[in-house]
Amino acid sequence: MSPPTLRASSLGKRFGDRVALRDVSFELAGGEILAVIGPNGAGKTTLLSLLAGASTPSEGSVSAPAGERIGWVPQQTAVYSKLSVLENLRLFARLERVGDPDGAVETMLEQTGLRERADEQLGRLSGGNRQRVNIAVGLLADPAVALLDEPSASLDPRQRERLWEFIGVRARAGTSIVFATHNIAEAERYAGRVLVLADGELLYGGTLEGLRGDRGHDLESAFVEFLRERGH
Amino acid sequence: MLALRWLLGKDLRILRRSPVLSALLIFYPAVVAVLIGLALSRSPGLPRVAFLNEIAPSRSEISLGATRIDINSYEKQLFHSLALVPVKTRAQALADVRDGTTVAALIIPADLPQRLATGDETAFINVVYNGSAINESLVQSAIEAKLGRANALLAAQLEKVAGGYINLLLGGGKLSFLGETFNVLGLRASERRLDAVLAALPANSPVYPRIASVANFAKIAVNNLGTSKRVIGAVAAPVRARNQFVNGRRTALDFYAVAVAVTVSLMFVCLLLASGMLALEREENTFGRLRRGLVRAEILLAEKALLAAVCAAVVGFAMLAGISIFVTLDWARAGLWLVAIAAGSIAFATLGVALGGLVRDVRAASLLALLVSFPLVFLALVPAGAVAPGLYDVIRVLSAVFPFKPAFEAVNAAVNRSSPGVWVAIGHLAALVAGFGALARVGLRG
Repeated sequence: MSPPTLRASSLGKRFGDRVALRDVSFELAGGEILAVIGPNGAGKTTLLSLLAGASTPSEGSVSAPAGERIGWVPQQTAVYSKLSVLENLRLFARLERVGDPDGAVETMLEQTGLRERADEQLGRLSGGNRQRVNIAVGLLADPAVALLDEPSASLDPRQRERLWEFIGVRARAGTSIVFATHNIAEAERYAGRVLVLADGELLYGGTLEGLRGDRGHDLESAFVEFLRERGH
Repeated sequence: MLALRWLLGKDLRILRRSPVLSALLIFYPAVVAVLIGLALSRSPGLPRVAFLNEIAPSRSEISLGATRIDINSYEKQLFHSLALVPVKTRAQALADVRDGTTVAALIIPADLPQRLATGDETAFINVVYNGSAINESLVQSAIEAKLGRANALLAAQLEKVAGGYINLLLGGGKLSFLGETFNVLGLRASERRLDAVLAALPANSPVYPRIASVANFAKIAVNNLGTSKRVIGAVAAPVRARNQFVNGRRTALDFYAVAVAVTVSLMFVCLLLASGMLALEREENTFGRLRRGLVRAEILLAEKALLAAVCAAVVGFAMLAGISIFVTLDWARAGLWLVAIAAGSIAFATLGVALGGLVRDVRAASLLALLVSFPLVFLALVPAGAVAPGLYDVIRVLSAVFPFKPAFEAVNAAVNRSSPGVWVAIGHLAALVAGFGALARVGLRG
C-alpha cells in the first residue's frame, strides 16, 4: 500500500451547541477511492469541508504531505454564474497558482468535454454542465487528493458514466479520491473502501462486503439494517 | 496582491455583465447631478396666493400730518415672493383656497388705512390657509416674513415723517398745511432770540423771570428733541440681528445640499456594492472555495472595499463635476474634493463589507445596507437644538460611530470650506475604517 496522502485525526466540528461531527479518524492511501456514506445530516458534507480546509475543525486535525494540493468539489456548484466556463477555469487556475494556468485550463476543457461550451456563461448552462465545470475547477490544480461531495447528484446517466470514467483515470494516475454519496450502488461500484457516518459519528470504516457481513440482504438493505443496529 | 488583482478583474467583469447595475452606476450620478443643478440654479416656483385688496383706490392713502402714504404702493414690494392671484370678492378668495387653486388667501381689509392713520386700533391683514400642515407652514412663514418687512417699511416711513417734524421744530422752516404755507421759527432760533431779549433786560425787570423760564424751556426742548429723534429710529427697529458664525464659514443652503447629495450617493453606492459583492461570493458558494487557502480574508475584504470605493468615488466626483455646470464650485479645490470623496468612500465601503459578511445573499445584503443607512442619514442631519439635549447627545454618539456624518463633514469642508476641516473629518473616518475593518474580519470567520 502506498503511503497515506491524507490523515484525519480525531476530527470534530460544533456549530454552537450542536455537534456536527465527533472524533473522526482515518487515513487515505495514494490512488485510493474512498466513499463516505450515511443518511441525511450524517456529517458527510461537514467532513469533506473540514478535509478541504473550507472550514476549521473544532477538534482534531487534518494533515497531508507538505506541498500536496487538495482539490475540492463542493455539493453545490461553486463557480461564478456571470463568467464563462473559460473565465471561471482561468480565474481559479490563477488563484490556485497552477504553474501553467492556460495549459491546465486546456487539459481540463478537453477532459471534461466542455471545450464547445468554453465561452458560454455558467448561468446559461444546464445543471449537469454546471456541475461538470464545478468538478473541473476542483481538479484544475491536478491535486494529490480530490474531495467530491455528491459529485453525480445532478448528472444524467451518460454524464455520470463519463464522470466516473474521468475519476477512474485520475485515481489510476495516483490521485486519491474521497466522495460523499447517498447512492450505495455507486459506492459499491467505484469505491474500494467506505466510511459510514451517522449523526456526526464514524460507525464503520472498511469494505462494503465487510459491512454486509452475514446480513444476507442486498447491500442497501444491509446498510439500513446496519444503521438500525447501531441505533440510527 | 495578485489575488486581489484577479478578483478585482473578475468583479469588474461581473459588474459589466449586470446591465441594470451598470446602468444605475452610470446614470445615477448623471441624473442626480442634473436634477440638483437645475434645482439650485433656477428659482423655485412661487406659492399661489389669492389676493383681495378691499381698500378703495381713493382711500388708500393715510395722512401723517402733512405727509401722505399710499398703502397700495407697498403691495408689490411686500408680496413679490408670492404669486398673487387677484380675486374680486372674499367669497371667491375662500373658494380658491378651499378647492386648492391657491394655497392661501391674503385679504387687505378696507379699514386698514384708517386704523393705521389713527393708531387707535391694531391694523390687520387677513390670511386664510387651506388646512394642509405643510402648505400652511410654508406659506405662513413666507407671509409672516413679508408682514414683518411691511411693518418695518411703514415704521421707517413713520420715522422719516416724525423725524422731519422734529427737525422743523428744532431748526425751523416752512410748513404747508391745508394749502397754506407757514414759516416756523424753530426752537433753536427761539432760544437765541430769548437769550438776546434777556441780555437786553435789566435784571430787576418784572418780566425777566418769566422770559427766563421760557428760554430755559426752549433749551431743554432743543436738547431732548435731538435725542428723541434717535429714540424714534431705535423704536422702528429695536433689535437687529448681526450674524456671526462660530463654526467656520457659513455654508449656503445650496452648497450644503450639494455636499449632502454627494455623501448620500457615496454611501449608497459603497454600501450596496461592497455588501452585495461580498454576499455574492456566498450566494455563488465560491466563498468556501476562496477561503480554503486561495485568498486571505483580508485580501478578499480589501478587494470588495476597493471596488466599491473606486466606483463610488468616480460617481461622487462625476456628480460634483456635473453640478458645477449649474452651480459655481471652486475647481481649485478639486484635489481636496477627491481626497474627501476617497476617504468617505473607503469608510462606507468598509462598513459595507462588515455588513456583507453577516449575510448569505445579495438581497439580504442590500436590505441590510438600506436598513442601516437610512436612519443614520436622518440622525446625522439633525441640527443641535432641534431635540432635547440628552437625546441630541445620543444622536451625536450614534452619528460618530457610523461614517455618514464624518464623510459629510469631509465633503462639505472640501467643497464649502466649512468646519471642521477636511483632515479632522478624515482622521475620524480612518478610525472608523479600522473599527469596521476589524468587525468585517471577525464576520468572515467560521
